[in-house]
Amino acid sequence: MATHLKDRVEFHSAKPDGVSVNVPTTDDVRVTTPSKVCGMGHRMKRKEDPRFIQGRGKYVDDVKLPHMVYMDIVRSPYAHAKILKIDASEALATPGVLAVITGEDLKKAGNLHWMPTLMSDTQMVLPIEKVVYYAQEVCVVIATERYIAADAIEKVLVDYEPLEPVIDPFKAMEDKVIVRDDKEQKTNHIWHWEAGDKAATDAVFAAAHTVVEEKIYLPRIHVSSIETCGMVANYDKVRGHMQIYMTSQAPHAHRTVFALVSGLPEHMIQIISPDIGGGFGGKVPVYPGYVCCAVASLVLGRPVKWIEDRSENLQADSFARDYHITARLAADKAGKITGLQVRTLSDCGAADAAANPSKFPAGLYSICTGSYDMKAAHVTVDGVYTTKPPGGVAYRCSFRVTEAVHMIERMVDILAHQLGEDPADFRLKNFIRPDQFPYKSPTGWEYDSGNYQAALDKAMTMIDYRALRKEQLEKRARGELMGIGISSFTEVVGAGPSKDYDILGIKMFDSAEIRIHPTGKAMARFGTKSQGQGHETTYAQIVAEELGLPAADIQVEEGDTDTAPYGLGTYASRSTPTAGAAAAMAARKIKAKAKKIAAYLLEVGEDDLEWNVDSFQVKGSPDKKKSIQELAFAAYTNHPQGMEAGLEATDYYDPPNLTFPFGSYICVVDLDKGTGEIKIRRFVAVDDCGNIINPMIVEGQIEGGLTMGLAPAMFEEIVYDENGQNLTGTFADYLLPTAVESPKWELGKTITPSPHHPIGAKGVGESPTVGAPPAIANAIVDAMWHLGVRHLDIPVTPQKVWRALRKAGVTD
Amino acid sequence: MIPASFDYHAPKTLDEALALLARLGDTAKILAGGQSLIPAMRFRLASPEVLVDLNRIHDLAFVEERGDHLAIGALTREYALESTAVVARSYPMLLDAAKVIADPLVRNKATVGGNLAHADPANDHPAVMLAYNAQIVARGPTGSRTIAIDDLFVGLFETSLAPGEILTEIRIPKPVAGSGGAYIKIERKVGDYAVAAVAVQLELAGTIIKSIRIGLTNVSPIPVRAKAAEAALAGQPPTEAILEAAGQAAAAECSPSADLRGQVDYKRDLVRVLIKRTVRRAIERAQGARP
Amino acid sequence: MSQHEITVTINGEQHTRKVEARLLLVHFIREDLSLTGTHVGCDTTSCGACTVSIDGQAVKSCTVFAVQADGATIETVEGLATGGTLHPLQEGFWEKHGLQCGFCTPGMLMSARSLLARNPSPTEDEIRHGISGNLCRCTGYNKIVEAIQYAADKLRDTKGA
Repeated sequence: MATHLKDRVEFHSAKPDGVSVNVPTTDDVRVTTPSKVCGMGHRMKRKEDPRFIQGRGKYVDDVKLPHMVYMDIVRSPYAHAKILKIDASEALATPGVLAVITGEDLKKAGNLHWMPTLMSDTQMVLPIEKVVYYAQEVCVVIATERYIAADAIEKVLVDYEPLEPVIDPFKAMEDKVIVRDDKEQKTNHIWHWEAGDKAATDAVFAAAHTVVEEKIYLPRIHVSSIETCGMVANYDKVRGHMQIYMTSQAPHAHRTVFALVSGLPEHMIQIISPDIGGGFGGKVPVYPGYVCCAVASLVLGRPVKWIEDRSENLQADSFARDYHITARLAADKAGKITGLQVRTLSDCGAADAAANPSKFPAGLYSICTGSYDMKAAHVTVDGVYTTKPPGGVAYRCSFRVTEAVHMIERMVDILAHQLGEDPADFRLKNFIRPDQFPYKSPTGWEYDSGNYQAALDKAMTMIDYRALRKEQLEKRARGELMGIGISSFTEVVGAGPSKDYDILGIKMFDSAEIRIHPTGKAMARFGTKSQGQGHETTYAQIVAEELGLPAADIQVEEGDTDTAPYGLGTYASRSTPTAGAAAAMAARKIKAKAKKIAAYLLEVGEDDLEWNVDSFQVKGSPDKKKSIQELAFAAYTNHPQGMEAGLEATDYYDPPNLTFPFGSYICVVDLDKGTGEIKIRRFVAVDDCGNIINPMIVEGQIEGGLTMGLAPAMFEEIVYDENGQNLTGTFADYLLPTAVESPKWELGKTITPSPHHPIGAKGVGESPTVGAPPAIANAIVDAMWHLGVRHLDIPVTPQKVWRALRKAGVTD
Repeated sequence: MIPASFDYHAPKTLDEALALLARLGDTAKILAGGQSLIPAMRFRLASPEVLVDLNRIHDLAFVEERGDHLAIGALTREYALESTAVVARSYPMLLDAAKVIADPLVRNKATVGGNLAHADPANDHPAVMLAYNAQIVARGPTGSRTIAIDDLFVGLFETSLAPGEILTEIRIPKPVAGSGGAYIKIERKVGDYAVAAVAVQLELAGTIIKSIRIGLTNVSPIPVRAKAAEAALAGQPPTEAILEAAGQAAAAECSPSADLRGQVDYKRDLVRVLIKRTVRRAIERAQGARP
Repeated sequence: MSQHEITVTINGEQHTRKVEARLLLVHFIREDLSLTGTHVGCDTTSCGACTVSIDGQAVKSCTVFAVQADGATIETVEGLATGGTLHPLQEGFWEKHGLQCGFCTPGMLMSARSLLARNPSPTEDEIRHGISGNLCRCTGYNKIVEAIQYAADKLRDTKGA
């Protein structure tokens, strides 16, 4: 029999077995395995927890290698300035300081002072001519101890000639001051992108009965995972081998990028992404600090550690959002939505370094027709440079779906209120109907499955919506302000099919490699990288479901590029849709081989066998069976002649489509007319992420995501002054909610499986961050609509509420 | 973030501390709870050459009622205020404030004396002590003296403590029967400084406010009393109209700055609203109607 | 720049070291004593990832100098389990999915321990206020509250037994 590698590694393009196309919606989590197997649907306690609860996690800053030294960074106090001189002599003369690396040094080392971004733009690693954002890395210092490095950066003297900062993206589009004079075209306008049909949409608007228009600004925010970014780079000069511990959500992709940029051979680079303290998209970009750390190790031939401070993290690392949106929504006489027009200015900062799939400079933003059936839509986005840090795609946004959903849910609410219709009924009237799936949206998406009515109905029942509306009227008559806000979002995750999705050219498949040992225990490795999502447990449950092997007997590993199969990492809620699918597919290959072994051992044809939880048994004679453990042992000791030994498989899964989780959230707020304070009285979240692997983990993802939706809705905003200096550069002013601000979320669910995913699952991590902010904003505006308040940008703070009330003549 | 280097002393007695301060002069800074100083040092906004750590001087931490006043040692942790029965029973405004200073972990270290000596108008105790008409006891090289709270805060981050003087004790006059006090703080989130806060201590005589003192937090460069509001309320019945007028007076007489916590007009209006709510709550306590 | 010899007892073991006055306690614990369970998450005493117990008080160890801990008894997350048995809080966090990335968890555990030592039967509101000095980005706090309630129940039951 052939023993080529390709026999064991298959690319998938056909629709896999599992789930039919017309998918009904249920409430019940499907559990088909006993608890000793602990397959899908079980509330399995997490396998990764024992080390975390005992303080034995291994995060990058926990890595200590012999002869390790420390890097710290000198950063720019100006948003835009020429660099006249860098004098590091005093720093270099300090005992314990080993080196200072500047842009000039990187240039000499092989033009390493610039690097490619994920959007095929370029970004300075270290500057030579000028700096283009406040807190930009200017040069790095390496010293024997962390504290000496911290002292040394104070001793580096940099002479700047300040230039006019470019802070307002609309002014930036006027090109009076150019941010990137390194570019051939002297303009701040980076790209223009469109989706939908302009002519058809114009026609719809011309014929519309009602049109509402609103300007919506989603300010810059920052993921602020509790662990900041960092790296330990360890170059072994003797072996020519670079070992890197890195806070990376995508270690393989990072390895390939490093190889391409540095010229180091890829097989001699090992990236280990150990335990990661939260990613949320902030650990996808390649930051200048990483490159400098690796170069430092290359030059010094010893391990170099760089761990950023929180201030550095907040001020220089990839931000999220910063979309200036003008939206128009059209409806006919019956109050049916007919069209959507959206213009958006994307403030990209000083480089287009958003972590998008390469063909999508505005990510998946064109999902913005949302859960609503409409005739036409036209979306345009323009990206512009400003003198601010680069980035844009982070903070659990699913590649700009947070922006898209916030816009459509605000617009739908504005339209409903303007027409005097109840916002829930208006949505129910306009939802895409279950029989319309798979649904082709006016901007070209094919939604796999959905049942928006069921989700909203469930949320309305859970919160007793009609009673709340009655209460609102009664309170309003007494001058009390109460608001109810709805958000019925459609998410789009699981990037993505190779036809359309790549990151710097690398297709966005993902992978699973499963190997079963003779004694029936298994090892499963993946190309994704959990930063808290629980893959060590959920992937084990998927494999357990397929093979009947207890999840406790399946060791899941991710993050070491030397051992894990190639994958594109974990972000944008893609792991379950891609690597989760690969897990099922690889397990099915193993099962197919196990069936052959079973037929051989039981001396029957394969067609005479049926699967029962964890065994193949002879149809009609269930006592004649072989368990998966017995089959694994046989794979090494008693397999048929001509068959390869072993019981393992690898799958690189190319998803046929994205998946479309959805949900309805309802938020109730009470406003204080005196202080403007907003109290969230209740928040019900009904989510549909298809088939559920571990309900407890899904709840955790939703609750965590809801708090990360609350945060931008009411607390978080990166604020720059007119000089481009970051005023919210520490947690003293960049406000993360505590357990007091975060409400007691109430969760519900519907289950509408994905018809194309092998286990019918969709992914869920970002749904709540997508759905929550508009529910909250809608509630607050709803409370004041009768006073003439139409819209408030997030974060909706007590001061904004107070100002709106006083403007409307309302006081305490 | 890493502080710059410094020399460090941890005297075991107050005399030792005073002698150190006298010898070291303005190269030395006192370390009490450290919850304001150490963060400043980590950002190198403060880089004292020498730290004199008072935390080993254990007889500076106490909370005891002595006849006509509550005596609080300067090194008393905020948490101790939360867990001392006499405070909850007879000095509820002090408890109100203690519960909203920073967060529970910071309160295990932060000290009452430090909160006052730092003279940060954003801190909570200054307004409370102004409302209580507290006295401050300080020890210097030449002995002890008492400073009236009205004379303590003289500038931004500046008290009237002399160089080399250590704030050792705070004395709060025991409220007479018919007294009530309250502290209400508006903050952006738990753990933040006040957007604005109001401290009220009053004495009722029947239905009239016999006397009243009001302290304001974070709406002026120096911790201040709302004297015009006090004047509008003293000797008056607390009607809606009188409370509103007092609120407006306080809003007008304070001088908030615009910052990330709020614009000037917003902060002023918060003061107006808080004056009314805090006075009402103080009255409810004076009447025994709420704890 | 003064160097000081300090002796601390940490998780029951005594250690003597010479340290710079400016060495933050969290760095002493993590680097000098190699107890990396305590984490650094911010630079403004805001996040609580560095919470340890010093002489029975839960404290943010990034805002204390190691020299201040001379003679002190310190407990970190590594000392919570006794003789291989998890502390009820550790059990609760595991049972109730009170953690995801695990980075805030040691600080949460130490903070919760202090809360329950002072208030063995906290209300939900008291729990939320009790952990307001600890930031979590992953969990949304609900399951942390449930984990602490689990531990409170277990600790009360064990006491009563």
